[in-house]
Amino acid sequence: MITLQINGKKHQIDVAPEMPLLWAIRDIVGLTGTKYGCGIGVCGSCKVLLDNSPVQSCMIPVSAAEGKNVITIEGVSENLQLLQASWTALNVPQCGFCQPGQLIAATALLDKISEPTDEEINEAMIGNICRCGTYQRIKSAIHRTVELKKQG
Amino acid sequence: MNPIRNISRRTFVKSVGLASGGLILACNTSVFSDKETAENKDLANFNPNLFVQLNSDGSLILIASRSEMGNGVRTSLTSVIADEMDADWTKVIVQQAVGDAKYGDQNTDGSRSVRYLYEPMRKIGAMARAMLISAAAQTWKVPMTECTAENHVVLHSSGKKIAYGDLVEIAKNLEVPTEITYKNPKDFKYIGKKLRGVDVEEYVNGSAIFGLDKRLPNMKFAAMQRCPVTFGTVKSFDKTAAMKVAGVIDVIEIPRIEKPFGTLGGIAVIASNTWAAFKGKEALKIEWNFGDNVAYDSEKYMKQITGNVHKQGKVGKDVGNVNKAFKNAHKTIESTFQLPHLAHAPMEVPNAVAWVQGDSCEVWAPTQDPQSARKEVVDYLGTTEEKVTINVTFLGGGFGRKSKPDYVVEAVAISKAMNAPIQVVWTREDDIKHGYYHTVSSQYLKASLDKQGNVTGWLNRFALPSIASTFSPGVDYPAGFEISSAANVPFDIKNMKVEVGQSPAHVRIGWLRSVINIPHGFSQNVFADELAVAAGKDPLEFRLNLIGEDRIEETEDPIKYNTARLKNVLKLAAKNANWGKPLPEGHAYGLSVHYSFYSYVASVVEISMIDNKVKVHNVYTVIDCGTVVNRDTVKAQLEGAAIFGMSLAFYGKITAKNGAIEQSNYSDYKMIRMNEIPKVHVEIVESTENPTGVGEPGVPVIAPAIVNAIYKLTGKRYYNLPLSDYGLV
Ligand code: FES
Ligand code: FES
Repeated sequence: MITLQINGKKHQIDVAPEMPLLWAIRDIVGLTGTKYGCGIGVCGSCKVLLDNSPVQSCMIPVSAAEGKNVITIEGVSENLQLLQASWTALNVPQCGFCQPGQLIAATALLDKISEPTDEEINEAMIGNICRCGTYQRIKSAIHRTVELKKQG
Repeated sequence: MNPIRNISRRTFVKSVGLASGGLILACNTSVFSDKETAENKDLANFNPNLFVQLNSDGSLILIASRSEMGNGVRTSLTSVIADEMDADWTKVIVQQAVGDAKYGDQNTDGSRSVRYLYEPMRKIGAMARAMLISAAAQTWKVPMTECTAENHVVLHSSGKKIAYGDLVEIAKNLEVPTEITYKNPKDFKYIGKKLRGVDVEEYVNGSAIFGLDKRLPNMKFAAMQRCPVTFGTVKSFDKTAAMKVAGVIDVIEIPRIEKPFGTLGGIAVIASNTWAAFKGKEALKIEWNFGDNVAYDSEKYMKQITGNVHKQGKVGKDVGNVNKAFKNAHKTIESTFQLPHLAHAPMEVPNAVAWVQGDSCEVWAPTQDPQSARKEVVDYLGTTEEKVTINVTFLGGGFGRKSKPDYVVEAVAISKAMNAPIQVVWTREDDIKHGYYHTVSSQYLKASLDKQGNVTGWLNRFALPSIASTFSPGVDYPAGFEISSAANVPFDIKNMKVEVGQSPAHVRIGWLRSVINIPHGFSQNVFADELAVAAGKDPLEFRLNLIGEDRIEETEDPIKYNTARLKNVLKLAAKNANWGKPLPEGHAYGLSVHYSFYSYVASVVEISMIDNKVKVHNVYTVIDCGTVVNRDTVKAQLEGAAIFGMSLAFYGKITAKNGAIEQSNYSDYKMIRMNEIPKVHVEIVESTENPTGVGEPGVPVIAPAIVNAIYKLTGKRYYNLPLSDYGLV
């Protein structure tokens, strides 16, 4: 038995310890907001926050998440909700599939750097592919979030 | 005869997925595109495919018959009805249609959703508004002319008002009006405006259900190993190791179905979770009969088709006398262009859930074309249409891949064999290695110039495995629709010839966002730029001159293209970019213009090169797509198209060796990422012409504009893609 703490809730699951966290979240716990895109750590669709750090959940064995705090797109975190509001206001998503991963990456960025430069945004978001090409709006939505926060 | 009916009191509303109650209008949209059909004249046979339901609580249910895959179609189609109806956008509930002929053509492809449905949508909305006004007039016992509608209420000149929902009971019993008036376009509230997508909240909070997210009780997960060589079959397999993987339930063989959208066949691993299915798949030991395509080597193939375009081909178009023009030329220029296969690689891999029970089956799938999926399932099960339901989930991107339902057939085949609900999931590797590839192409272009630098003759000879080969195996020349975008080149040249060379297919060839316009848009635009240089002219001036006088060009298509609109987008793109004004040191512009899907698009790109690597700073795109339904969607589509076009220009390349695809994932089939993006500036031409394509026509202009800019900066002309092959990115 492995105990996972996801979005503040404990889940006891009976899986092989090497099962990637992604599949434990999606297929066992049943939270499907976290997406499979590549399975090899290069697209970012599967990103979650593990003790506040962004990780590709397809690359992390579920055992490594034990005792840690996992936050997914369904979860609560100040910056995540603020970013989601900006995403909505700027109509960022096209197909929407990559956006949970993008939002998690952006949340981790703002958690770390409150006013990121374009360079810092590029660096934080480089691991996330959007095949629909919504990057420009993602960038604007991050800037908008920062602006709104500054204005309080 | 009015094609729109009030069906509030009719019993068949349930069959289209609407609860009874409320005011329900229905319409058969085919009468807008075809002649009025006999069935529309006769109420008993009335066969509607577009539905609007207004309920007493004010909620307005609109059915989206096309698939949502990032194209914004669920928002744009329904907003047209809501606007004409003067409805409150917040009261609109969009319901997704299942795959059924009763919804008319549902294939979300060819950039035509809005193009086909705009007029019927307006009409049904206007009619609902008229009926609500009439119901209010009856209630108040006043003439209709004293009533107006606004934001879900009818207003009387005295100031009285009544909500739409409160008018439902009366409106239900009214005949549909024979005369209707449309809103004046200047009063549109949603059409042509920025409107938030109906689904955006679900996308950002993770609750949107894509195909991959569908779950059923007791559902099992399946992964398949297909033959590395297209159309190879299983000789033998050993499942011992796979069966030992924890969670694996069974391993079965799924035979190939020899149909365009049939499964490739292979060995399926069924498991209690996706990961176990993937692990089981890796543990399989399979011997294959590779078949003839094992000889496919895309590098050798490129040489072979290039040989074929360097000799005379079959004539596809012949106007004037090209040979004479070449003979009398002041100068002739010739170039050869080579573009590789591409894969769609939508962010969500192909997948489907199927549950076969006896001769019935229900499917949940991200499909661009649920009717075609339904047909495949009906054929596979040997059952009838009523027994098969195709539910359309959200699509995590399509780009043409998800209009080919081979993956749906797989889920059905496995569900039938296992007697359980099954979700089949392709790995990303499966997606890259077993797709319906964008064609590989070689093109030879030759043109003649007179002393003044005018183009007097133009020859385009090309070879590429045709999409038609997927449907008629053995087709080994480009088909008519692949010739026409080379033949309809909008240049005013008296002597023009198009020839095609032999080019058999060795993988499944399919359409990918903007299709044949990728190779033709590339070669035409790069070659025209080359001609401008040879003529010693500015590329913009040269191009405007090449397009020539304002005129309507005849093509075999129902819509004729208008050279004035084409020149207009080019001029606007140049103006937005400040074409001709000095740029920062080390920067240069390139331009390109292309007509496709009945829309006119031009792009100017600004690039620089640092350490011999291309950096795209700005893309100025202008589109004329007629009437715009959702301005923000159009803008988003063109922003996305610039990135899609850059990905193929920089990295897009699928190759085959010994019949097997060499790339495997986003690691070696790369995409543009955040650090590489330019600023994309989009202008949409104001127009009252019919709406035309939006999703695709922004793609083909990008790669040639970049290549032209590189030439401007370095004096080097690159004829092949991707640019990564030259070390330029
Ligand atoms: S699925 Fe994990 S990075 Fe792509
Ligand atoms: S919105 Fe479709 S992949 Fe990003």
